[in-house]
Amino acid sequence: MEFVLQNFINAMQWGSFYALIALGYSMVYSILMLFNFTHGDIFMTGAYIGFGAATVLLFLTASVGISVPGWLLLILTILISMMLTSLLGIIVERVGYRPLRDAPRASAAITGLMIGIILETGNLAVLGARRFSFPSLIEAVTYNIGGVYFTNKKILIVGVSLFLMLLLHAFIRKSRWGMAMRAMSYDYQVVPLMGVSLNMIAPMTFAIGSALAAAAGILYGMAYPVLDPYMGVLLGWKSFVAAILGGRGSILGAALAGFLLGFIEIFTAMIFPSTLRDLIAYTIILLILTFRPYGFFGQPYTTQLRL
Amino acid sequence: MHKSRAVLVVFFMFFMAFSFMSCGKEREARIKIGINAPITGDIPKVGEGTKYAAQMWLEEIEKAGGLQVGDKKYKVELVIEDNESKAESAVKANTKMISEDGVLIIIGPQSSKQAIAAGGVANDYKTPMISPWSTNPDTTRNRPFVFRGCFLDPFQGPVVANFVKEELGFKKAAVLYDVASDYPKCLAEYFKKAWEGINGPGSVVAYESFTTKDADFSSQLTKIKGSGAEFLFTPQYYNEVALIVKQARELGFTAPILGSDSWGSAETVKLCGPACSGLYFSTHYAAAGAKGQTKEFIDSYKQKYGYVPDDVGALTWDALRLAQKAIQNAGSLTGDIAKDRQAVRDQLAKTKDFEGITGKMSFTEEGDPIKCAVIVRISDKGEFEFYKQVCP
Repeated sequence: MEFVLQNFINAMQWGSFYALIALGYSMVYSILMLFNFTHGDIFMTGAYIGFGAATVLLFLTASVGISVPGWLLLILTILISMMLTSLLGIIVERVGYRPLRDAPRASAAITGLMIGIILETGNLAVLGARRFSFPSLIEAVTYNIGGVYFTNKKILIVGVSLFLMLLLHAFIRKSRWGMAMRAMSYDYQVVPLMGVSLNMIAPMTFAIGSALAAAAGILYGMAYPVLDPYMGVLLGWKSFVAAILGGRGSILGAALAGFLLGFIEIFTAMIFPSTLRDLIAYTIILLILTFRPYGFFGQPYTTQLRL
Repeated sequence: MHKSRAVLVVFFMFFMAFSFMSCGKEREARIKIGINAPITGDIPKVGEGTKYAAQMWLEEIEKAGGLQVGDKKYKVELVIEDNESKAESAVKANTKMISEDGVLIIIGPQSSKQAIAAGGVANDYKTPMISPWSTNPDTTRNRPFVFRGCFLDPFQGPVVANFVKEELGFKKAAVLYDVASDYPKCLAEYFKKAWEGINGPGSVVAYESFTTKDADFSSQLTKIKGSGAEFLFTPQYYNEVALIVKQARELGFTAPILGSDSWGSAETVKLCGPACSGLYFSTHYAAAGAKGQTKEFIDSYKQKYGYVPDDVGALTWDALRLAQKAIQNAGSLTGDIAKDRQAVRDQLAKTKDFEGITGKMSFTEEGDPIKCAVIVRISDKGEFEFYKQVCP
């Protein structure tokens, strides 16, 4: 029993990352009908910006000589990184996608891949190939309840992820901007005729998606504190799987599928030999897609997509 | 339109003319040595150590005015190629160095994943190659032109198994390794075989794996913890070691964690921090408490680059010295690269009782050295302390 509970906690943490990153894929898809393949590398950049921000903050507080509680530094780090990374998202949209908005979809998808490679190798060129250790802003405390171990970091990661998802949900459902996004997701060619500017909504969507990816990057850095220029590649692909599994363009679906993917991976490793983990996990997903080709909440192309 | 095309054509012709001109220049007598190292990719610190050791060696040669072979002094040139820590890039790098640069001998690649693939190319083109760090038997097997500077996994597996049995007296082992990488996979198998040889079948209670680039090991570690293992053996590279050790501790796995020579990087402690203090691993040499020429090497490396060299640096240094000695023993170079490569290979194969900074070595027929291993303990200060020597 405690074995299952332990893996439940492991899966919650692991699924949080998939969910947060999958949201970015889904949002962009629902507006522009294209998958932003740069997203995994935006996640990586977010983690590195967070690393830079945390290092600078630690240095500043140490040189001024004031002791700032770790959680405050963490919140600042997350906010700074979310802001700067959403700026990056806006730039990616402006430079990479807007000029190709009327080009074939395949060209736009390739643009995403190329910008991703530029971010990876640019990072390699600027920072060199050495790995960085993400500073532990908050002291890790391990709790043991009946043989189930978890740290304060795990609670924080899952908590912050859920909070951000609810915030996004409220934004899309309750705000005027959210309403504009929902309208745009019906048809990005007709809705601009009603006075909603696609050149406003598309960058905003990229900014929000990138901000979520940045938050995921920092949380990831706290859980797995070795930063690597290619850390976003595999995670990006798998989160893309989650976005498809949730149903293209469905926010709720992406979040749920992200967690589901985490659970499938962790629990297949629990039941089967871990060598076969990805083999079995992704066969299961293939089976799900065979029976639900549009994912959980997706709809066929003939019906309109909605957020 | 036509004009710009004409300009392009003229440009191109100029370019061609220049490239032919450079060929016409008379060649100086030079010895080219190829370095095939993972400068970027998963283990850049290994590439950096390789490069630094090679540059230090070159400086020493240059200080002496060149490499004395017979009665002639040759200028030495290093051709350093990045293999991005990928097997296919290592093959490409070897092919380029052999066919385009015309190197006399190749040092590298370091990890078995690349060395096994690249060694095939070197052997096919009859170019001697020394992999300083690759411990997998396949690297040199049936390849007369391929050598290595370190001991083998079939030796390292039992070293760790015996050490745990004698020093710690445990009975139940757990193993966690990367199934997609040659080095950890084979070492895990050799360890398992050795451990079950000592403690009987079933004594490896958890044998878990993951795939390169994984960062979350929580479900494997939960399994390991539940299996009742008394220690964990994980023959991984430094970036994974930090993640595995930290996650294991956070999941409440408090038993010792042991590793192999891939832990012996200057980065291990930097990334892992105090979580790795007190852990043991088997390796080629221990920097803390070194004497003689080993100490000289460590001191001058530290002075130059600001940190204590890890085993890759030391083994690369030894490999270059082995190459140097073989070239010098060849007596004279003919200038015919194929003949010279053959001569260097023959001299390498004859190497007996070479006094390296990582120990004394003699090559077997397979091109593998017979040498001792060291068990190192990571001290509380994060230094690699000599704990015990284990000889074959």
